[in-house]
Amino acid sequence: MSAQGPGSGSGSTGVEEPSPPAGGAPAAGGVAPLANGAQPSGTPSGSAPLGSFVSLWLRQVRSGESSVLPVVAGFIVLVIIFQTESAVFLSAGNLTNLLVQGATFVLLGMAEVFVLLLGEIDLSIGYNAAVGGTAMALLASQPNPVPWPLAILVGLAVSAFFGVLQGTLITRLGLPSFIVTLAGLLGLEGVLLALLDLNGAAAGGVVQVTSNVISDLVNGNLDNVAGWIVTAALVAVFGTLSIRRDRFRRTNGLHAPPVYVTLAKVVLAAAAGFVLVAICNTNRGSVASPVTGVPWVVLILAAFIASYTFLLGRTRFGRYVYAIGGNPEAARRAGVSLARIRTICFGLSGFTAAAGGIIYASRLGSISSDFDGGSYVLYAVAAAVIGGTSLFGGRGKMIHAVLGGVIIATIYNGLGLLNLSAAVQYMVVALVLLAAVILDALARRQQRVTGR
Amino acid sequence: MLLRLRGISKSFGSVQALSQVDLDVPAGTVTALVGDNGAGKSTLIKAISGISPPDSGEIVWKGHEVHVRTPRDATALGIATVYQDLALCDNLDIVQNMWLGHERLRHGLLDETTMERETRQALADLSVVTVRSVRQVVGSLSGGQRQAVAVAKAVMGKAELVIMDEPTAALGVTQTAMVLDVIGQLASRGIAVIVISHNLADVFAVAERVAVMYLGRIAGQGSLSDYDTQRVVELITTGGDSRAFAAGVASAGGSGARLPGRD
Repeated sequence: MSAQGPGSGSGSTGVEEPSPPAGGAPAAGGVAPLANGAQPSGTPSGSAPLGSFVSLWLRQVRSGESSVLPVVAGFIVLVIIFQTESAVFLSAGNLTNLLVQGATFVLLGMAEVFVLLLGEIDLSIGYNAAVGGTAMALLASQPNPVPWPLAILVGLAVSAFFGVLQGTLITRLGLPSFIVTLAGLLGLEGVLLALLDLNGAAAGGVVQVTSNVISDLVNGNLDNVAGWIVTAALVAVFGTLSIRRDRFRRTNGLHAPPVYVTLAKVVLAAAAGFVLVAICNTNRGSVASPVTGVPWVVLILAAFIASYTFLLGRTRFGRYVYAIGGNPEAARRAGVSLARIRTICFGLSGFTAAAGGIIYASRLGSISSDFDGGSYVLYAVAAAVIGGTSLFGGRGKMIHAVLGGVIIATIYNGLGLLNLSAAVQYMVVALVLLAAVILDALARRQQRVTGR
Repeated sequence: MLLRLRGISKSFGSVQALSQVDLDVPAGTVTALVGDNGAGKSTLIKAISGISPPDSGEIVWKGHEVHVRTPRDATALGIATVYQDLALCDNLDIVQNMWLGHERLRHGLLDETTMERETRQALADLSVVTVRSVRQVVGSLSGGQRQAVAVAKAVMGKAELVIMDEPTAALGVTQTAMVLDVIGQLASRGIAVIVISHNLADVFAVAERVAVMYLGRIAGQGSLSDYDTQRVVELITTGGDSRAFAAGVASAGGSGARLPGRD
């Protein structure tokens, strides 16, 4: 497999999903003719020729509008380093493992993106995730377990409730989100311990996941053939939609990327899907007991990314989220209910965090007081920011959480393979995070220089 | 007469910010509202746009007395205000900014096609040709372009009166010319414009009427042809007008000829 295996692998979901709303999402990759607005050009641009498209895109990258490129470049560097140092890194088994490890980071990162886009922060999602995961595990594992879908729904609802509760306090009382969610971090750790105690002292503060279905969310795999079919279908749907959409925009004189760019995007998505399935379908067990197939969790992540990207890019709600992050006063004057949008975002943040907690419990087969919600929330913020979401609001996409989550998982996975100490691991993550924040700050400065 | 103000007064505690202001704004003309800092220009604008309703006096809109208690009332009448801070989201593109708060939907989803087309049309109507793409983020626009977008956004509804607060402040020469051009376009489409400005050159370049405020009252108003720079400056600085008696036109506000001392 190529050195970009896991990147394009998880990217297959990513490259694929954010594109439909590209026209709608602010600073979306597909929005080409940015900056340099002073040239009088008579006709507002419809479809630009490829050359100018590329040069504008490069300018966009330099000015920090398109933050995906440096992230992908950094990722490739990491992969090369790890593969040089440890031959196991790019093995099918390790790459699949990395994807699965990254799932919790990605989901928590997406949870954080919702609030970061508003220019707020949610420190509680780590323990909120654990509370949702524990609620699910408790319900599914008691002597009379409830059906697994119900257990999952309750888990999601519990965390969404805590999210809405915090959001309500923040918006209605005008409290800073930092403090309210800091209280949430502490309080929800208490709730987590209380929930674990419900299981009885004999269990030692651990809830086992006894439902096979829930365990299979992460540990189960699609059949090899099914993996190919599902991926092919997803790529086909994505390809058809984006080609048709861009063609419609071009023929109607609306803003659209040149046809090569649309095709390149589709080809890239297809290639990424192909690589992903090829890796996952390689035997990663032993010869005697082979393990193959795309893990279910990959499809779950794809579903989350697709729906959230759609929500942020194609609906009024998403537009308002970006508007509030960009200029709350302008949004208020435009008649946007700031309190409502903000509260919903905190609710969605809790909801998504619970999904991360459930995936965590599914992967490990249990959830316990060992869960370090404090670290997880920081990794979630790091994942979102490393991926390119701005801490200052208004700039970011769901795909950023995927990129950032995979990068964090890569660092952990790779440094683990190299047998480096925890001390080194923390320091490396810190450096990567710093690099990401510096990029963000530089992008903002660049914008201030080029704006006006 | 599109808008007629009669005896508008407003006080904040013991400070009389507006006293007995009368102002006439005919349809399709540009009226410049000038005056020194603290003369009451902004307070008057806020009274018309519903941000801070007057204590007393009447607002007559197209011949009917109306009450403008909230910005929403003003918008419903067709009065749009472009504030100095423009209230644009730098991270959103032009189309997204223009439709913020009243997005077009199709099957419950954003109808980008219609919004982009109408945005392009709205900018073309204002002869804004320097914008490279309506999908450009507003943060990357020049000051004049931002002003133009804010104006286009304001008149996107059915505005018949656009109030602009210092639209050319902090703009360079080219940008100022562009904004003045946009203002002229509005007037030629039959939209009345009230422009607050400190820059008399701008005023004389674009306005047909002028109203000078001094210490909370109208010191003089009328057709710009009856005024020259020196006379406007005199009204701004002293509230009085050495030629008022002779010309007899500056007294439309009822107090044009008085000396700067308080009433």
